[in-house]
Amino acid sequence: MTAEAPRRISVRSLLVAAVVAFGAIAAAVLIGPVGLDPGRVLLEVLDRLPLVEVESGLSPREAAIVWELRVPRAVLGALVGSTLAMAGAAYQGVFRNPLADPYLLGVAAGAGLGATLAIVTVGSGSLLVPGAAFAGALAAVAATYALGAAGGGRRTGTTLILAGVAVAAFLTAAQTFVQQRNADTIREVYAWILGRLGTTGWADVALVAPYAVISIVVILLHRRLLDVLAVGEDEARTLGVRPERVRAVVVIAATLGTAGAVAAGGLIGFVGIVVPHAVRLIAGSSYRVILPLTVFGGAAFLTIADVIARTAVSPSEIPIGVVTAFVGGPFFVVVLRSSRRDQS
Amino acid sequence: MIELRGVSVQYNGHRVVDSVDLTVGLGEWVGLIGPNGAGKSSLLRAVAGTVAFSGDVYVRGRPTSGMGRRDLARLVAVVQQSPLLPEAMHVVDYVLLGRTPHLSYLAAESDADVAITEAALWDLGIIHLADRPLGSLSGGERQRCVLARALAQDAPILLLDEPTSALDIGHRQQVMDLVADLRRTRGLVILAAMHDLTLAGQYADRLAFIQRGVIEADGPPSEVLTTETISGFAGARVTVMRGPNGEIVVVPRRR
Repeated sequence: MTAEAPRRISVRSLLVAAVVAFGAIAAAVLIGPVGLDPGRVLLEVLDRLPLVEVESGLSPREAAIVWELRVPRAVLGALVGSTLAMAGAAYQGVFRNPLADPYLLGVAAGAGLGATLAIVTVGSGSLLVPGAAFAGALAAVAATYALGAAGGGRRTGTTLILAGVAVAAFLTAAQTFVQQRNADTIREVYAWILGRLGTTGWADVALVAPYAVISIVVILLHRRLLDVLAVGEDEARTLGVRPERVRAVVVIAATLGTAGAVAAGGLIGFVGIVVPHAVRLIAGSSYRVILPLTVFGGAAFLTIADVIARTAVSPSEIPIGVVTAFVGGPFFVVVLRSSRRDQS
Repeated sequence: MIELRGVSVQYNGHRVVDSVDLTVGLGEWVGLIGPNGAGKSSLLRAVAGTVAFSGDVYVRGRPTSGMGRRDLARLVAVVQQSPLLPEAMHVVDYVLLGRTPHLSYLAAESDADVAITEAALWDLGIIHLADRPLGSLSGGERQRCVLARALAQDAPILLLDEPTSALDIGHRQQVMDLVADLRRTRGLVILAAMHDLTLAGQYADRLAFIQRGVIEADGPPSEVLTTETISGFAGARVTVMRGPNGEIVVVPRRR
């Protein structure tokens, strides 16, 4: 009877999602301030693939624009978008809270403080900034976890979220203090906080990729257990699952990925909320369906947002965090409205 | 099958179950009765291992303290008083969750698991609801889904925490009949906290009356359901009568 059971993801929906994501990446590679022939750009990308030899007809400078600027930036956008969207979906699952996003447990505040400290001491161009953001993000979540069980109480979803609120408030206050004491760097700090995908070529991709891949794979592996947690912690226990353990593993994976994404792209908001919910509204509530589609949805969403950020007021750029909210908000309302109509 | 020895449960230093000894034998249905807050749910939670307790609980002769979560979940299935049913989850997916204790950490369900799930849906007469979201079901249908999930767990012991409290009289009887049938066909051992004393007396083999965390009476319904015992329910005034077929009937009396 249940050939089309809702928990099973259909090959067709996966294919559609993959096509959308790769289409977005292709658009990001083709669109830019320097007008390049689309056919030649695609040939150039093909030529770079292993075992393929074609002549694109682009000059070395144009080829460099494609391969050293546009492609790595599109790939970075896809990686960061996937990771943030997956982390958001994972947090929503383990905390059974639709408003959870990747920054729930203090990642943003910790990364913000780390980056601010690095910017005011060594300047915004330094490679220390992403490192400090990464360290700050992990330290903040570690503090939240430690605080969540303080006082000998049991560490539940609620105590963790409350601890996250406290840690985030404390670190944000510290960050604001440091920022105010160093008013000369306020612009750079502000620009970092609003988010911007790096333009340093493949270095940023190499920086994020390991964390993104580990995080996405670990979360994907837990898709069935996230469905079990949907019936509540007590019930999950009577089904033989240890919810604390699942939560810890998933939160660590999501945090690692988020910290990597934040180090490379700054605090890009909204992706972690809007993408999983849009997928949910379109494809159903089972994490076995949501998570694989979110990988592609997050990649497509952020890549397109970055194209808009680069081109809307070209030659200058809009911070990508502004675009995700500005485009994501109306997009989400459209999805919400159309899915309501389907149900009624 | 289940044996409790000196089991106590405390919440914030307040003792809600106080050194309880209780045995449930093979094939038995034992009803736990008692006023609100007497410790019925806490006692069930101790057996299910979802609350910290002192003393010993043995299931099939093995102490549960030495068992892993999954081992225990393969022996004991629980139907909670007000289970959380995610509205958008489909019935078949929800019932399939019952197979969780039979799967290793990252494994997926096999066809055999799906077959067991479908059998549980058949047994409870809700196979036609398989592809419906839980949020679209009536109270009686939801209760059947929860029972089906517990059945899919394929555990020899079923703990029920007031499984009928949200249902009308007809649906109460249906659920009780279902449990009675399943118990017979599947040889289940049942420990159930029950609010409705008349139903408890008619369906359980034995009743344990619990008050302030202590078992005050334990025996066949005809011995436990007396006017004196029931006055322990916040001073309830009742008459215990016999129905036309000799079944026990507990009738409230107005002052």
